[in-house]
Amino acid sequence: MRHILSLLLENEAGALSRVSGLFSARGFNIESLTVAPTEDPTVSRMTLVTSGSDEIIEQITKHLNKLIDVIKLVDLNDNRHIERELMLIKVSAKKEDREQIKQLVDIFRGRIIDVSENTFTVEMTGTGDKLDAFIGALDKTLILEVVRSGISGILRGDKALHM
Amino acid sequence: MNASNFYGLTVSTNRFINRGGSGLGNKKEILRGAEIFVRALKEEGVKFVFGYPGGSVLHIYDELFKQHDFEHILVRHEQGATHAADGYARATGKPGVVLVTSGPGATNCVTGIATAYMDSIPLVVFTGQVHTYLIGNDAFQEVDSIGITRPCVKHNFLVKDVRNLAGTIKKAFYVATSGRPGPVVVDIPKDITADSCEYDYPKSVEMRSYKPVSKGHPGQIKRALNMILSAKKPMIYTGGGVILGEASGELTEFVRLLGYPITSTLMGLGAYPATDKQFLGMLGMHGTYEANMAMHHCDVLIAIGARFDDRVTGDLEKFCPDASIIHIDIDPSSISKNVPVDIPIVGDVKFVLKELIALLNEGRQIPDKQVFEPWLKQIREWASIDCLKYNRSSDVIKPQYVIEKLYELTGGEAYITSDVGQHQMWAAQYYKFDKPRRWINSGGLGTMGFGLPAAAGVKLAFPDQTVACITGEASLVMCIQELSTCKQYGLPIKIILLNNRYMGMVRQWQEMFYSGRYSHSYMEALPDFVKLAESFGHTGMRIEKSGDVESALKEALSMKNELVMMDFVTDQTENVYPMIASGKGHHEMHLSPERELA
Repeated sequence: MRHILSLLLENEAGALSRVSGLFSARGFNIESLTVAPTEDPTVSRMTLVTSGSDEIIEQITKHLNKLIDVIKLVDLNDNRHIERELMLIKVSAKKEDREQIKQLVDIFRGRIIDVSENTFTVEMTGTGDKLDAFIGALDKTLILEVVRSGISGILRGDKALHM
Repeated sequence: MNASNFYGLTVSTNRFINRGGSGLGNKKEILRGAEIFVRALKEEGVKFVFGYPGGSVLHIYDELFKQHDFEHILVRHEQGATHAADGYARATGKPGVVLVTSGPGATNCVTGIATAYMDSIPLVVFTGQVHTYLIGNDAFQEVDSIGITRPCVKHNFLVKDVRNLAGTIKKAFYVATSGRPGPVVVDIPKDITADSCEYDYPKSVEMRSYKPVSKGHPGQIKRALNMILSAKKPMIYTGGGVILGEASGELTEFVRLLGYPITSTLMGLGAYPATDKQFLGMLGMHGTYEANMAMHHCDVLIAIGARFDDRVTGDLEKFCPDASIIHIDIDPSSISKNVPVDIPIVGDVKFVLKELIALLNEGRQIPDKQVFEPWLKQIREWASIDCLKYNRSSDVIKPQYVIEKLYELTGGEAYITSDVGQHQMWAAQYYKFDKPRRWINSGGLGTMGFGLPAAAGVKLAFPDQTVACITGEASLVMCIQELSTCKQYGLPIKIILLNNRYMGMVRQWQEMFYSGRYSHSYMEALPDFVKLAESFGHTGMRIEKSGDVESALKEALSMKNELVMMDFVTDQTENVYPMIASGKGHHEMHLSPERELA
């Protein structure tokens, strides 16, 4: 099963490689991984999407917690949560296709953020599924470039993961 | 910037900085990085640093030259430094300290660091690094030491500012020795050792991201106790964690209170007295028949400071089929990693055992011996087949015989290091360790070449004790250069070389599983080990007949000030038995070709 793990870790050189190294050394999957500093510049927030049986996920969380740089860890799947991913996608937009693409972008509540003679660049956020659906709805031959951020997640309600 | 020549030798420009504070109420000393390093090690109570100099650590070596608080032991290869520090740590319980240069100095340490990591041994390894402004430039003797060691350390640090040096060293010792111990690498660029700052060694250390547990969960401990008391066929299985956690006394008290049978992994030998009647010997691939059978048939398994390694469990599908399992371990990631556990207790083994003993004493709840007496009787029957029997009347020297004699002549009191292979298993089977920290071997990584440098580290820690390295001719030559270190520092260890002219364990597997195709396991062109020892300034003996074993051992042990290389020419075809072949369960042991079980 797919799990979203949220981590607070020391914003130190090498912290990211400790996490990614752990996954490769122990043969765990990473579907996506995003990391950036928080409001406290000494702390980074990482969202990691992985998959595996309950036993594997338990081992993954234990090994992550064991890393010296990891301060806190929450499995968002254990809680009500919100997940979002940002996608930038560049599509071929010839005159005859423009209107149709614009409509599709509106349906998916995306925004066209750059226009050239032959292309649109679209910004879209949502769950991974939604972004997949948008890509699926486009004519494959129109897609020039896809950039996805990987999932970011946060707990719903009053609960918060902070120091 | 410092001027630097081709060899990375630098002349520091801050060398002549005015010391002793600025006079503005600032009383803290200003020290250079190299001086901070030496002070910090003194603060940590370090007695020995095992090392080898080179360009990037020359400022530090210059400071070592001026101090007398600890001794630097010059090894002959950096791998030897890590193994010697490791041996020292295993024997004393204190962290082993290593100092090497950048590049090849660091890479040569990797095997030793990985060895310590697999067996959870506290080491602090200082590697020199090129100047910070050269990092990433493919500078002379540059290697990404942090990247290379990352998968085999508990943690590592790159010091990028001299103001962080003292604090980082403090953290390194704390991380290495607390929780589940392990090696920590501190990579120090050369310019950091020349830079200066105020010196202030932290008294204590607090890390928000690292808080090792100690106490076990009280509810879990009570549940475990109920399960322990309900057992009809109990079995206790302990590992190296008991030794690392200094819980040998508590374990012995707990096991005696219960009256239950106990076995140990290779790493746990000595935590419980091997000569005690409740002890069934080692378990696992080359464990005793009674220990493995008791594992297979038990109804409650109490695992203490052990990690269910594949050499211990055999086929996991067949592991302890009828048992409820209690697992006490300080590392949560060890729990249910290989085998699902019914009652996990995460905590310091010593603390949890104390709690269990207190609860037993409090409730006066001692298990009813009547209940498990039939089980003990069954175990005695298994033990009666004497699975460690071998031909004691052989004229050709049997390796087991040498170890039995060594055990007798040292009264079981010696510190024994070993290398890896058949001799290691025989040492574990035939030398009965009654005390912890006497049996020093590379269990997890299985590092050939460990034994000799490790023995040097142990002998430095305990100069008045007998230290013997039980080894084979293949393992010994892997770090043979350390004979020179032993000469320089006068380390009279006894090398018990069981020389069968084969990589014995490889040969055994080739005999059993590859139809006797002995592919590259024969040791051709061996040196004359007697002359080899003599060329390093030591004493050598060759022993070729069984009848000479005892007198030769007596003679060597009486030579208190000599390192003696004892080249025992042993039976080439002897194999380690009993054995569980891979893919088999504990109940599917192979006793020996002559003694098949029904």
